[in-house]
Amino acid sequence: MTDFLQLVIAGMATGGCYALAALGFTLLWQASGTVNFALGEMVMLPAFLMLFFINVVGLALPLAFVAAVGVALVVMGWGFKVAIVDPLIRHGVIPLVIATLGLSIAMKQTVKGVATAQVRTFPSIFSDTLLNVGGVHVSVGDIGTVVVACALVAGLQAFLGRTLTGRAMQAVAQNRDAAVVLGINVERMVLYAFLINALLAAVAALLITPVYLAKFDMGDTLGLKAFYAAIIGGFNNSRGALLGGLLVGVMENLVGAYVSSGYKEGVALALFMVVIVFRPQGLLGTVVERKV
Amino acid sequence: MKYLRWVALLAVSVALYFAPGQMKSYGLYITTLWVVYWIAGVGLNLTVGYAGQISLGQGAFLGIGAYTAAVLSKAGVSYLAIFPTAALVCFAIGLLLGFPALRVQHHYLAFATLGFNMLVFLFLRNEEWLTGGTFGLNNIPRPVIFDVRFTRPLDFYHLSFVVLVVMGGVMAWLLRSPWGRAFAALRDNPIRAESVGINTTFYTLMAFAIGAAYGGVAGALFAPLVQFVEPAPFSVANSLSMLLMVIAGGSGRFFGPAVGAVIVVLLPEWLRVAQDWYLAIFGVLIVLMMVWLPGGLLSLPDRLRGRRA
Repeated sequence: MTDFLQLVIAGMATGGCYALAALGFTLLWQASGTVNFALGEMVMLPAFLMLFFINVVGLALPLAFVAAVGVALVVMGWGFKVAIVDPLIRHGVIPLVIATLGLSIAMKQTVKGVATAQVRTFPSIFSDTLLNVGGVHVSVGDIGTVVVACALVAGLQAFLGRTLTGRAMQAVAQNRDAAVVLGINVERMVLYAFLINALLAAVAALLITPVYLAKFDMGDTLGLKAFYAAIIGGFNNSRGALLGGLLVGVMENLVGAYVSSGYKEGVALALFMVVIVFRPQGLLGTVVERKV
Repeated sequence: MKYLRWVALLAVSVALYFAPGQMKSYGLYITTLWVVYWIAGVGLNLTVGYAGQISLGQGAFLGIGAYTAAVLSKAGVSYLAIFPTAALVCFAIGLLLGFPALRVQHHYLAFATLGFNMLVFLFLRNEEWLTGGTFGLNNIPRPVIFDVRFTRPLDFYHLSFVVLVVMGGVMAWLLRSPWGRAFAALRDNPIRAESVGINTTFYTLMAFAIGAAYGGVAGALFAPLVQFVEPAPFSVANSLSMLLMVIAGGSGRFFGPAVGAVIVVLLPEWLRVAQDWYLAIFGVLIVLMMVWLPGGLLSLPDRLRGRRA
């Protein structure tokens, strides 16, 4: 039983990171119809930026994080939107999918070229002590990761639901034309979605890299899990991303320990298949009507 | 005019058939690989370009075809039986996979196929009794058909090229048939297609499964070409480059995959002078090309004509 609880908690920590990436993906999809295949690399890049600021520039981790967020907002938020998404979005989903695939290759290989293919350790913002709660050993890092992820999702939810800007963003997601008629600056709202995506990716990098280590191809599986988390939870619901992420993280750990470690990576797919057969809109999603 | 096209097509075919005669073995290998990818691309072009579905699982079908060929040929089965078997196995798996995924909107198929590819990769890596695990299967024999041995690289290239011509011919016939019209209707306006009585689920499923079967045939050539199969070439990354191949060449254009296969198979070889950076440059080129030419390379003439007008 204690093993089980430890697996669940560690799984929730990983799942929390999936959820942050998934949330960014969902936001971009809602705001602009962008299917971003460079999602995993957008978590990988801030991790290496932070390492650069720590090891080369000599900043402390918190300052390095702030600096990395700054670069991420400019490059992965604004730059991504202006240079790639804006010119391509009117040509439909597929050219953009290909462009983000190309972007993912370019980001991965550039990091490999600059920082070599070596695996690098990454400092954690939490201490590495183990707490003993009734015989169950839980690490402070895992608890902290879950708390930060949940807090971020709750904060974002509050921003989208309670503030004027957040509601304007939701209006754009639901009906672009109506939002224009209401005098909302659609382009600015879409830009906000890109900036939030970059911020979420940077936080996910800060939380997950101490456990999974920094490597140029660390985004491959991370990106994929985040897609699944987003669809399992529901494409058009931000709490759905959290639920999907946690579900994938925990189930992976349990299957890896009790069923087969070789097929651990297939868990997210199995969940995804079950969900799209029985509840295609996702666990917390709502059905979207087709437009003729 | 139409006459001229056939003559040009015939001339190019003959040229391609004889062109690699003087090549060294590595050049010949790459050229044959280009033909193999072209075949897989013809199938994927049906799914993506003509029927408008995003599939990210062509690498898995290539793998299923390759492992089918590897296991059967090592058991002594003739390649005359292996090609249809590989195609049928992939067709059947394509039906099974497409059925749940196509119940929902089309970008779900992208994720379903992506995950399917991952699962196939895990299966190839974990089920050592059948696939040899990470060590793979080696010493795959080259085909012997009607006592003709296709062992030498040049002979094998000729065999691959003939398979390409046959598969391309079947595809051209299919696209001119009423089925081809139905596929295009599906892509251009699925709701309208449904309202004029086209069974959209059936045709989408067929487009996907036939595309998968082409992947299987390409795989059945891939295994004897390399003479060694392991899970790595059939990972998600390869499926992504296959999709890239179709889109970059020009999706929904018959010769799009040929141009696309040049980009995916040959361009990285030419960029090798850039050493460690060649894949990074490759990625940047893809982004730039999509931004400038979203319709793929074969849309270049239209684009230039449009500018002048």
